[in-house]
Amino acid sequence: MENKITQSAPVSMEWRHKKSTKPTSEKIVEFIIKAGGLSSIFLILAILFFILKESAPFLIDRFEFKEFFMSTEWYPASVVKVRYGILALLIGTLLVTVISMLIAVPLGLACAFYISEFCHPQLREIYKILIEFLAAIPSVVWGFIAIMMINPLIIYSFNVPIGLNILNASIILALMSLPLIVSVGEDALRAVPETYREAAEGMGATKWEVATRVLLPAAKNGLMAAALLGVGRALGETMAVLMATGHSIQIPESIFDPGRTLTATIAAELGESPKGGEHYQALFAIGLVLFILSFVVNLTADYLIRGKKK
Amino acid sequence: MFNPSIHLLNKEIREKNFKNALSMITFFLFLPALGIIFWLFIKGSPVLTMDFLTQDPIKGMTAGGIFPTIIGTFWLVIISVLVSCPLGVIAAIYLSEYAKDGKLTRIIRLAILNLAGVPSIVHALFGLGAFVLFMKMGTSILAASFTLAVMNLPVIITSTLESLKAVPQSYREASWNVGASKLQTIRYIVLPNSIPGILTGVVFAVGRSAGETAAILFTGVAFYLPFLPKTVFDQCMALSMHLFTISTQVVGVPEAYPYATALVLILLILSVNSIAVVLRTYFRTKRKW
Amino acid sequence: MRAAILLIFIFMSCSKQNDVLIIQNKGSDTLVNLAQAWAEEYKKVQPKVAIAVSGGGSGTGIAALINGTVDIANSSRAMKDEERADALKNNGKEVNEFVVGMDALAVFVHPANPLTGLTIEEVACIYGEGGKCTHWSDIRGTIVPGCQGNKIIRVSRQSNSGTYQYFREAILGKKRDLKLGSMDLNGSRESIDLVEKTPCAIGYSGMGYLSKNVRSLCIAKTSDAKCIFPNLETAMDKSYPISRELYMYTSGEPSQEVKIYMEWTQSEEAKKITINSGYVPAPKR
Repeated sequence: MENKITQSAPVSMEWRHKKSTKPTSEKIVEFIIKAGGLSSIFLILAILFFILKESAPFLIDRFEFKEFFMSTEWYPASVVKVRYGILALLIGTLLVTVISMLIAVPLGLACAFYISEFCHPQLREIYKILIEFLAAIPSVVWGFIAIMMINPLIIYSFNVPIGLNILNASIILALMSLPLIVSVGEDALRAVPETYREAAEGMGATKWEVATRVLLPAAKNGLMAAALLGVGRALGETMAVLMATGHSIQIPESIFDPGRTLTATIAAELGESPKGGEHYQALFAIGLVLFILSFVVNLTADYLIRGKKK
Repeated sequence: MFNPSIHLLNKEIREKNFKNALSMITFFLFLPALGIIFWLFIKGSPVLTMDFLTQDPIKGMTAGGIFPTIIGTFWLVIISVLVSCPLGVIAAIYLSEYAKDGKLTRIIRLAILNLAGVPSIVHALFGLGAFVLFMKMGTSILAASFTLAVMNLPVIITSTLESLKAVPQSYREASWNVGASKLQTIRYIVLPNSIPGILTGVVFAVGRSAGETAAILFTGVAFYLPFLPKTVFDQCMALSMHLFTISTQVVGVPEAYPYATALVLILLILSVNSIAVVLRTYFRTKRKW
Repeated sequence: MRAAILLIFIFMSCSKQNDVLIIQNKGSDTLVNLAQAWAEEYKKVQPKVAIAVSGGGSGTGIAALINGTVDIANSSRAMKDEERADALKNNGKEVNEFVVGMDALAVFVHPANPLTGLTIEEVACIYGEGGKCTHWSDIRGTIVPGCQGNKIIRVSRQSNSGTYQYFREAILGKKRDLKLGSMDLNGSRESIDLVEKTPCAIGYSGMGYLSKNVRSLCIAKTSDAKCIFPNLETAMDKSYPISRELYMYTSGEPSQEVKIYMEWTQSEEAKKITINSGYVPAPKR
């Protein structure tokens, strides 16, 4: 390390005299760096712009709030009357998200507690590698697992006619968002100062008491953010739910009914809708809905994390 | 009467139960991870031969191998990293070395966070609107790689930022004191010391792009191509997309084929990620501060 | 180092081929399997010509033809008049239509289902909007062993696919929609896999795709008409009511290479592939 400093020193001596006037090359590089720093703002605006641009004709000419959000009739290729109602898709998305979180959040947080508070350090490293591994499985493989493994499992264990349904997608989404919930949750718990634990234990509190009365309140925001990031993940997942939900436009009456999500609808239908057509624009409008939903979820999660740090 | 011993005993039992319950939950959550690999391996291994990896799919994709899909995935991953890596590193340098704690920095951070949270299918819509149509790249490797690059940018920025911040402030100060400019300090002191962290992030991004399907669905992947891509303006096949097509669309594919394809995809990502994990541990132990 | 990696894989991908002429072929997901099988065989016939096949649906293929980005568009439906007009306006050339094959849509059920056939009206009652047949017992009191509640589970395809649109037209005519709430699966394989495992289910797909584990039904035009099973003969003489033509379109007179390819698709060799892929060869013109 020291070597490098001495190596670079002679070069820097040269500049010392010109410190006030930076050479143009340096100015250019610094300009590039500053521009690069703004790239993410630029990109997020570009995403919004292009989705708006492609969906604009639909939003202006065809869009009716009541039909779009209140009707379950998604008939983009109807021969009688074309209808764009996304209610069933919206409910499908919300259902799989909520149910998957009902499974994943308690389990994930329990997991985070265990790994952060009780686990032997070596075992912890093993679990962390496993978490990374689980997070690395691509969504199309999860979809494949949903069809080949969870599907027969559901048919067999619940004695229902089809296994491609809301429950299947929820299980898959729960498994997919677990790594995120566990690792963010664990970070939140580890951020609680060691002195809190020591103080509580010094007063004779058991681990259980420490966990529920000290850690839980102290890390509350971080844990909620972990759950919300899981929600964001589940909300936006595409390929796995496309393969797992059964892809049926209806408001499911039970978790054993097939349903359909917003993301899967875009993935399944965009390919066959001619560019610039009304259906194509309507799919971009669904993209806009998804963008806004994920935006809200992420902002809330960030707000919670930031709140904790203050 | 208050009996301390019984109270303690109850507490101890409860304590133990609590710990055991948590450890069981954790264990059983990670069981599937191992189970899945094991199961894919058992089902897919009969066809997973050298020929499967090096031959073209034949007979309407119901036989032969997956060679072009592997090559296609390589193309996509490498081009996307070539785009996202420099941009991500520059953005992270700005955030770590130049940005002051202000409103702008706050907005940039929010933008990164949201970029990471945008659903992949929305990235695909963006790729279609911006790269394929607006920039007239057509459905091509280039358009698909750009879409992947945008998706991976937050991953690279975050990991680079972390490793830049890990370089002790005293290093920078030492460099400034001998008269090095800010840029020289970055070039000769900060960057060399954070290369391992940057590499780790890049390798994770590679793993992520290799498995992504939704984002490349409409931007550059073909169902079947009888030739390998020559330039970035060609389309390509991809491993992830191939798994989707042969498991949902192509009729008559032998049962083991999709399993073997999924296995190849997972092993590819796993080996890439192991490189990242090894890199990270290696440099962590080497790090002196 | 990065450049070295790049070079290696560019080399890897280049070393396997020399200069070839690429014919872009895009469109119908129904036709994509056949087009792919043809492309594969054609590589042996004409090593200097490579045919790049991609799916995306009939509409996408036709749109690409209108925009002039493909040489051949595959379609499982005939091009509409306004599409033809657009193509003429954009490219200054009339489109050229080739009937490359036929496809019969088989309606199939789980082997445990006791039904042997349905009338078009009954299929419409199951699939059509407003159709009252929700349980198997609504079809002549059928009881399907192993199917709980005797409820019909409809398997369909996404609503803008050529297959879906053709099925709708053949069953309901041009003035009615299919009922929502069906499982709109991504491809034939998924549909067949699902029906194979589900006694309650009914589905449809190109007849060549059917496996032994599902049973196709005979279809009668009316309740008095003869119930006809889908097969090569009935599809070719059009006595099977749900059979359609498959098209390939080129913009204007095809170029020499495309023309040779189109002629080759009607050769005996290509027809063998057509039959093996589960389609019906085009009738002689």
